[in-house]
Amino acid sequence: MKPAPFEYHAPTSVADAVALLAEHTDEAKPLAGGQSLVPMLALRLTRFEHLIDLNRIGELRGVTREDGTLTVKAMTSQREVEHSPEVAAAVPLLARATPYIGHFQIRNRGTVGGNLAHADPASELPAVALALDAEFEVASASGSRRVPASEFFIGTWTTALESEELLTAIHFPALGGAAWGDRSGFAVEEIARRSGDFALAGAVCAVALDGSGNIARAGIGLFGMGATPERARAAEESLVARSPSADDLAEIGRLAVEGLAPTDDIHASAAYRRRVGAYLVQRVLGRALEEARG
Amino acid sequence: MAALHEITATVNGERRRGHAEARKTLADFLREDLALTGTHLGCEHGVCGACTVFVDGVAVRSCLMFAVQADGAEITTIEGIGPADGTLGPVQQAFRDCHGLQCGFCTPGFIVSVHAFLADNPQPSDAEIREALSGNLCRCTGYQGIIAAVKQAAVTLAGGEKVAAPAGATH
Repeated sequence: MKPAPFEYHAPTSVADAVALLAEHTDEAKPLAGGQSLVPMLALRLTRFEHLIDLNRIGELRGVTREDGTLTVKAMTSQREVEHSPEVAAAVPLLARATPYIGHFQIRNRGTVGGNLAHADPASELPAVALALDAEFEVASASGSRRVPASEFFIGTWTTALESEELLTAIHFPALGGAAWGDRSGFAVEEIARRSGDFALAGAVCAVALDGSGNIARAGIGLFGMGATPERARAAEESLVARSPSADDLAEIGRLAVEGLAPTDDIHASAAYRRRVGAYLVQRVLGRALEEARG
Repeated sequence: MAALHEITATVNGERRRGHAEARKTLADFLREDLALTGTHLGCEHGVCGACTVFVDGVAVRSCLMFAVQADGAEITTIEGIGPADGTLGPVQQAFRDCHGLQCGFCTPGFIVSVHAFLADNPQPSDAEIREALSGNLCRCTGYQGIIAAVKQAAVTLAGGEKVAAPAGATH
């Protein structure tokens, strides 16, 4: 047996889970799909006295749409999101980014909330949540609060979650709502050495057009480009009220990676990641605009 | 000695019971406690796919699940995937016909993954087959024979005739 010993808890309600977290705080770790946590335990990169398995909590699964918001409960599997017509219609970017996570066997067990709470900077869904201005619902024994995506990701594998808090749901603004109107487009692209590997660099983009065809709102998220998923605010702002031509997109791509300091490692140099990142932004923006323009 | 958890699961149609520490993976439990050694362990951290089994109808890596999490689950391993009389199922037969294996270490994981894939997508394109196989590593075949096997299995499962393995698939 490779992981260090731990005490196993399998609560069946959120109330029981947060009570266990309140009791054990940083000696405990919630176990969602386990597709990142179990390898880390097996390699002894980390160890916990207590694991709180969330898989038997029925109220943490499912997808609901209400008033322009799609709510994905934290333990909804990536497989379910990938194949759900409701998700594809309401939050196309989420549906399109999910197949890039690992392999289908990983997505069968991996969960949306587990992926986001793990906060790997090379992962797809954190960038999606950032670009769309999703909100994270967080519960603890003393109540619940909502954290905007822009405040959730603190560093590599580090989020705004306190040790006694549990991510319970993610609220995404749905297509056709106030943020992303009917004339919107979405795209995701990444570069990985092999299918299913972590991306060396990747980008997601959402654009919404106004009545005259200019960009009303843009969201650009980058992953694999730093210690956290990054939002390209300057590039987004430069797009508003414009209708960029294909020639303008390369400039937006360069602007999107300005000031980013991606890692330099055996897989790719920082310069390569920046260059590829700029190009990926150019491509996802082009494709999202094409879709929005119809 | 850490506490032992009682685990009861339906494995290959049979009700099986065992006891394991919480940190024991489902893969180790299948192999060591239930003597189902057809499930192989390559990397033990979710990369190679050799340990793939069905849990409650979906293919998962049994090294990335603790046995205690499978209490009450329905599990199918490589031992339970073929016909009960010991003959080869259509996916197994296709791997044999198309040289989809050499040393055979990765094969149980491939067979389970291909069963899951063809159940979801009975008429896959070449690109879809390659994508579906990307979660299983094989160090012998160079994958061409495996891809040919998936194509043959898809045809057999659809009730059609077997297609011959392409010439390039025999090394």
